[in-house]
Amino acid sequence: MGAILVLLERRGSELKAASLQALSTARRLADATGDRVVALAFGAGAASAAALAGVHGADRLFAVDDAALDLYAPEVYAATLADVATQCAADTILAAGTSLGRDLAARACARLGTGLLSDVVELERTAGGGLRGKRPVYSGKAYAWASVPDARPSMATLRPNVFPAVACGPREVEVVGIAPALVPQHARVVRLETPAAQEQDVAEAAIVVSGGRGMKAPEHFALIRNLAAALGGAVGASRAVVDAGWISHAHQVGQTGKVVSPSLYIACGISGAIQHLAGMSSSKVIVAINKDPEAPIFKVATYGIVGDVFEVLPKLTEAITKLRA
Amino acid sequence: MKILVCIKHVPDTEAKIKVGSDGKNPDLAGVKMSVSPFDEYALEEALLIKEGGGASEVVVLGAGDDGVQGSLRQALAMGADRAIHASGPSLATADALTRARVLAAAIREEAPDLVFTGKTGVGDDEGQVGPMLGELLDRPHAGAVFEFSLVGTRFTAHRGIEGAVEVVEGDLPAVIAWDKGQHAPRYPSLRGIMAAKKKPFATRTTAELGVTVPVPLVVREALELPPPRPAGRLLTGDSGDAASTLARLLREEAKVI
Repeated sequence: MGAILVLLERRGSELKAASLQALSTARRLADATGDRVVALAFGAGAASAAALAGVHGADRLFAVDDAALDLYAPEVYAATLADVATQCAADTILAAGTSLGRDLAARACARLGTGLLSDVVELERTAGGGLRGKRPVYSGKAYAWASVPDARPSMATLRPNVFPAVACGPREVEVVGIAPALVPQHARVVRLETPAAQEQDVAEAAIVVSGGRGMKAPEHFALIRNLAAALGGAVGASRAVVDAGWISHAHQVGQTGKVVSPSLYIACGISGAIQHLAGMSSSKVIVAINKDPEAPIFKVATYGIVGDVFEVLPKLTEAITKLRA
Repeated sequence: MKILVCIKHVPDTEAKIKVGSDGKNPDLAGVKMSVSPFDEYALEEALLIKEGGGASEVVVLGAGDDGVQGSLRQALAMGADRAIHASGPSLATADALTRARVLAAAIREEAPDLVFTGKTGVGDDEGQVGPMLGELLDRPHAGAVFEFSLVGTRFTAHRGIEGAVEVVEGDLPAVIAWDKGQHAPRYPSLRGIMAAKKKPFATRTTAELGVTVPVPLVVREALELPPPRPAGRLLTGDSGDAASTLARLLREEAKVI
């Protein structure tokens, strides 16, 4: 009987939803083999993660209750994760495929000298108890199946919002307070800057409304913002308009921006360069609004409107506002 | 101060991906290869630091088969001072930790103050090598950095995370994995391309670097293309009709709003 170690990521006192998805996945894998599920959380009040961790399948929580670790400190986090993995003889480590999770998992992987599957969308066991996962490559132009057959602990980060978080009833969680690993700390996050107007991140939003060169000028992005607001969605953009300085790179969808797979993606005045399509074509429903009927974006669209974005967008915003009233 | 920039040689982002005959890797016949875009951002930032007087030398390093030499030449043409090719027969398809170990061995020989790389190699999209280099070299790292400044041997880096920015402070030597920064990568000038031919270009084999390429830790089993999307529906009529039909379909048929 082995152990699956899951990193629980906290922002403030809140547990990331993607971490609960990773925990539920660990529980699913553990139930098939009788493994224990062990969680690890950092920062002041880390033990408070126990209740939610228990509901999502953890048997034990290692809590590094240290306010100095409220913000990400790569060297200490990675060394502590590796130490805990060794201490509880974990043969598997899972983390959410967030900015922090992917960064930390890679550093810990090098420390443990093992194999890591990044950003998987499907995950299962190999016959020998390793991990096998499917992961998007070439920004979603293809999928690769890869495995960690022999190296242990086998590691994976899970793409957020792909795996379900399953509440499996409260479970008695043994909370173990531990000190962080004693390693030199040459770099750390000293502060977190959150934009005043809290915008949804395109990579996390369920609905994304994106604008491209067809919007003609940066001030016309108000039409995109209005529609996104009516839908409760995030604002995205093509590379062309980010390069033109209309909107920041944080909004860019595509191969050198963010890869997104929301339930609804609305592309407005975006022709659909291959790099953009790679970043959004796994969205559940795609709407394309473009005046050029030959635009490649229509090839991936669920619904298309060949028309002028300046006419269609205000009317669509109005229709949706009415519908949701 | 010396900056070393790690360069990965990848299919151009315009490339259409086809599954190769082994069913595991892409068919790269006829596919244009180029410097991974995030490595280009990293190189541009390194060159700007040098041009601003903040560094004396920019060295580029690539691990892989002979193909990577093309990307290293491109980096020299953009303005890097010299190139190192860490070569090994199976490096192009080796797993991230193996590639990181080879890069780390070559980096140790150079002992640069700063190692720059892209936040991820476009294609494999793993984003593992930057943090791994930090660990293997026993140096701090910051990933997905879009803004960077130095005061003496102390750096400040801004990195984008979900809905926020993390401000990282640390000491040199360090590893910085770049996201798209504030500066567009330059195109090599004709003069740069000519000059690149005379710049020092070293090749170090994995044996010379003292690294054995082990049994792969991560094994590629298959490569598959996403299923084609079902044919879409074009909504006609004037813009008002099309907009209200769309709103209704999104709610009643697609059930996404």
